[in-house]
Amino acid sequence: MADALAVPVTTGRADRRRRLWRRFRRRPMPMAGLVLVAGFLLLALLGPLLTGDPSAQDYTATLAPPSGAHPLGTDDLGRDALARIAHGAQVSLQAGVLSTLLAMVIGIPIGLVAGFYRRWLDPVVMRLVDVTLAFPFLVFAVGLAAIIGPSLKGVVLALGFSQLPAVIRITRGEVLAIREMDYVAAAIADGATDRHILLRYVLPNCSSPLIVQATVAIPAAIIGESTLSFLGLGVQPPTPSWGVMLTTAQQYLDVAPWLAIWPGLMIALATLGFNLLGDGLRDVLDPRSGR
Amino acid sequence: MILEIDNLVKHYGQVRAVDGLSLSIGQGEVLGLVGESGSGKSTVGKCVLRLTEPTSGGIRLDGRDITHLSRRAMRPLRRDVHMVFQDPYSSLNPRFTIEQIVGEPLLHHGIASRREAGGRVAAMLEQVGLRPEMRSRFPHELSGGQRQRVGLARALILEPKLVVADEPVSALDVSVQASVLNLITDLQREMGFSCLFITHDLSVVEFLADRVAVMYLGKIVESGPTAQIFAEPRHPYTQALLSAAPVADPVRQRERRRIVLGGDVPSPVDPPAGCRFHTRCPLAYDACRTSEPALTDPRTSGHPVACHLVTADHVPDAAVNR
Amino acid sequence: MSLLEITDLTVDFDTEDGLVQAVRGISLELGEGEILALCGESGCGKSVTAMSVPRLLPPDTTRLSGSVKLDGRELTTLPESRMRQIRGKDVSVVFQEPMTSLNPSFTVGYQITEVLRRHEGLSRRAARDRAVELLELVGIPLPARRIKEYPHQLSGGMRQRVMIAIAVACSPRVLIADEPTTALDVTIQAGVLDVFRDLRDRLGTAVILITHDLGVVADIADRAVVMYAGRAVEQAPVTELFARPRHPYTLGLMNALPSAAVNGRLAEIPGMVPSPLTDPDECAFQARCTRAQDDCRRKRPQLEPQQPDDHLAACFHPGGQS
Ligand SMILES: Nc1ncnc2c1ncn2[C@@H]1O[C@H](COP(=O)(O)OP(=O)(O)OP(=O)(O)O)[C@@H](O)[C@H]1O
Ligand SMILES: Nc1ncnc2c1ncn2[C@@H]1O[C@H](COP(=O)(O)OP(=O)(O)OP(=O)(O)O)[C@@H](O)[C@H]1O
Ligand code: SF4
Ligand code: SF4
Ligand SMILES: [Mg+2]
Ligand SMILES: [Mg+2]
Repeated sequence: MADALAVPVTTGRADRRRRLWRRFRRRPMPMAGLVLVAGFLLLALLGPLLTGDPSAQDYTATLAPPSGAHPLGTDDLGRDALARIAHGAQVSLQAGVLSTLLAMVIGIPIGLVAGFYRRWLDPVVMRLVDVTLAFPFLVFAVGLAAIIGPSLKGVVLALGFSQLPAVIRITRGEVLAIREMDYVAAAIADGATDRHILLRYVLPNCSSPLIVQATVAIPAAIIGESTLSFLGLGVQPPTPSWGVMLTTAQQYLDVAPWLAIWPGLMIALATLGFNLLGDGLRDVLDPRSGR
Repeated sequence: MILEIDNLVKHYGQVRAVDGLSLSIGQGEVLGLVGESGSGKSTVGKCVLRLTEPTSGGIRLDGRDITHLSRRAMRPLRRDVHMVFQDPYSSLNPRFTIEQIVGEPLLHHGIASRREAGGRVAAMLEQVGLRPEMRSRFPHELSGGQRQRVGLARALILEPKLVVADEPVSALDVSVQASVLNLITDLQREMGFSCLFITHDLSVVEFLADRVAVMYLGKIVESGPTAQIFAEPRHPYTQALLSAAPVADPVRQRERRRIVLGGDVPSPVDPPAGCRFHTRCPLAYDACRTSEPALTDPRTSGHPVACHLVTADHVPDAAVNR
Repeated sequence: MSLLEITDLTVDFDTEDGLVQAVRGISLELGEGEILALCGESGCGKSVTAMSVPRLLPPDTTRLSGSVKLDGRELTTLPESRMRQIRGKDVSVVFQEPMTSLNPSFTVGYQITEVLRRHEGLSRRAARDRAVELLELVGIPLPARRIKEYPHQLSGGMRQRVMIAIAVACSPRVLIADEPTTALDVTIQAGVLDVFRDLRDRLGTAVILITHDLGVVADIADRAVVMYAGRAVEQAPVTELFARPRHPYTLGLMNALPSAAVNGRLAEIPGMVPSPLTDPDECAFQARCTRAQDDCRRKRPQLEPQQPDDHLAACFHPGGQS
């Protein structure tokens, strides 16, 4: 007995975090994802400082192929593609990440509570979800733009709102399964509060499909932003975003294919990065996935 | 009495899982609850732990009525009662380490901070025979027997007055089962908790329980001291149950005649009128189809039976009239 | 010629930790109408041995060698398309976990009739009638109603019986039953064993029965194989095995039964199973064996005939000569 009491006390939180990082670091693909995503964040933060004005027009070179002056070429108005990609990263990543974050921050608690308590709350929430799904997304976006004016904020709100039903549904579905698990019954018997059960038992065990959802939603929102901006509901013309660049580039596909390649490549790489990172997170957070 | 259940009823929609059941468990007593699969044994356990809300009836835990307490009001009382689950796989949170799992009850009852809990947990793990290095393992890294020990440690760390054990050894193989059963006996003797032990393995009941209660279709049909039930089962269903339990000796086992229960296994949605066992009872007669026998003890005290044929001077033998 | 002949089967699994040696050279014969029990500690390779017959192991990670012959035909090299015809028809399986082997999104009726229609070519209506019959056969109340239900609407015991109904639907020649009665109470267990006996008597179905319930083994099996750490350590006709267990592990199992309790204590087998990753040249049981001597640590005992010579044991110092 005395021996057992003498062993050093408990694995602390810092310890746990270190162990998670160790598990993460060992995996090459998630690390690649992390590097990619970090790269994009750097691009969004520092890119605009290092490149020129994305709206500056060079009339001597419109639709110019990549060259010394314009490493990635120029667009129809003679604007530098590199500068626009760098500045566009801010808009696109914000649209993708913030809208998904918004949907998660609002949707997960709703899904958790609705799925866990059922009773009257659940049918109400699910009916609202159905209504939301039936409500045309564009109408909502237009309305929102009318109220707060076309802006990135509007884009994030509209995109986040459009993702909400999926997040609520996924969370609730998982919660419905998890609340029947014996370990939740055991937690109640332990004397745990509902809050504790929701945060430490239910939420971690339904994180996998949510992470998957996020990795799919972020790239989708990056594209979604272009639709909104194209319709004049999002960021306004001189401000670049990858989605907008991709949409306009389509008109010049024959004469200036690079205009489509750069934003396309960025979106593809961002998709890849978030996907790899998401897979890695999912594995690392699940102790059952091996070291 | 640590636990008194009075006329407990629990219906899931139309399913009458438990339908008027009374039992009590004294200080330090082990009550074995046996019965047909689907007869409502686990449901009784869940009601006692208040993991589900009873439809009606009364449950008193150490003198306090807990039948309709809210989740919040029930929480402090959970120091006194805990549960060991049947499935050692699904009853441990896969994302917690063993130390976290066993330490949870301490945390919730404000007995120890996360920091202090370590020592208590280590001591408890040692008591259930788990090595200290198991503390930082995750459930999936443990064998079935080891997991069941973790479940036991979690249930016992608060030194509760009552432990509900719902088939805690049926998923384990014989040798592991033996060590878990020994452990339960030892700890029970040491800590003196009372225990509601649910199982369908009669040899386990015979080994462990002081008293036995036999359930059929949501009701108790017979209960009494273990030795008496095994030596002189009075209810035809109990007799059938005992005759169907195989003994681990091929020569004896193959000579035994089992009481074959014919008829349909009735559904708890629509239990038969009269004696609930009459559709399958080899001894059933007219009265059984209309009037329900009460759980009474016309012979000795402390061994009540619910069967019309049990009288002061007669005990039916289901094996005869086949 | 035996119906089923397994010769020198080894199964390794490729895992992150290395090669898990689940089965390390096992040979079995199964005659027509024979019921063979496989017992042994959890993780000793019972399920893996049995599942290599219908080739139901994960193809990517399984490394299998040795031979499995059904009616003299080699199964290990058969193309998958031919194997599919054999599965469910000639060889069928009752899985250990009914929850994971029933498809949650189809009614149980659909899952039974699907098998009947595919292998027996029955019409929709005939298949339905047969399905109701089968559910009745395994003792499910109100089968005509249950057939429309989904797996989650059934109790654990019922799901297991549905699995059994599916497995016996096409009157297989070899039935592999992996812990088929663990979740059932003894009267229903006895009924399920009767279903197996009946198949054997009517159709000469041979059964491989995996169980840790020695009572079940004593009741129904003709022969039993005791496995330890991936190998057969003892094999004998059931009466002979129970009368004179030779291998110390078998002895340990029998002593660990609750019915063999001495002074309220069960005899445990101390220690743990050896790692499945290494296979030193020694008796795998030596660290836990009370009879172990130096030779046990130097060399691995082979399965050899004892007295009488249909009783095989792999031990240098076998006991139970009395
Ligand atoms: N959550 C639930 N919803 C609906 N019906 C339920 C629920 N839980 C149990 N039941 C039903 O209540 C009855 C009693 O179930 P219970 O689990 O108490 O039986 P049991 O005696 O523990 O059986 P077993 O030995 O198979 O575990 C069964 O008919 C079962 O189908
Ligand atoms: N797919 C797999 N991949 C890796 N290892 C496996 C796999 N399946 C089984 N094993 C391992 O092979 C060994 C034998 O497993 P098996 O399932 O045959 O045990 P068992 O005797 O049936 O035990 P139980 O009584 O617990 O069912 C175990 O160590 C197990 O962990
Ligand atoms: S009351 Fe009748 S039906 Fe019920 S157990 Fe007794 S004899 Fe059988
Ligand atoms: S060979 Fe030796 S160690 Fe192995 S079982 Fe026999 S006596 Fe025990
Ligand atoms: Mg139960
Ligand atoms: Mg198995």
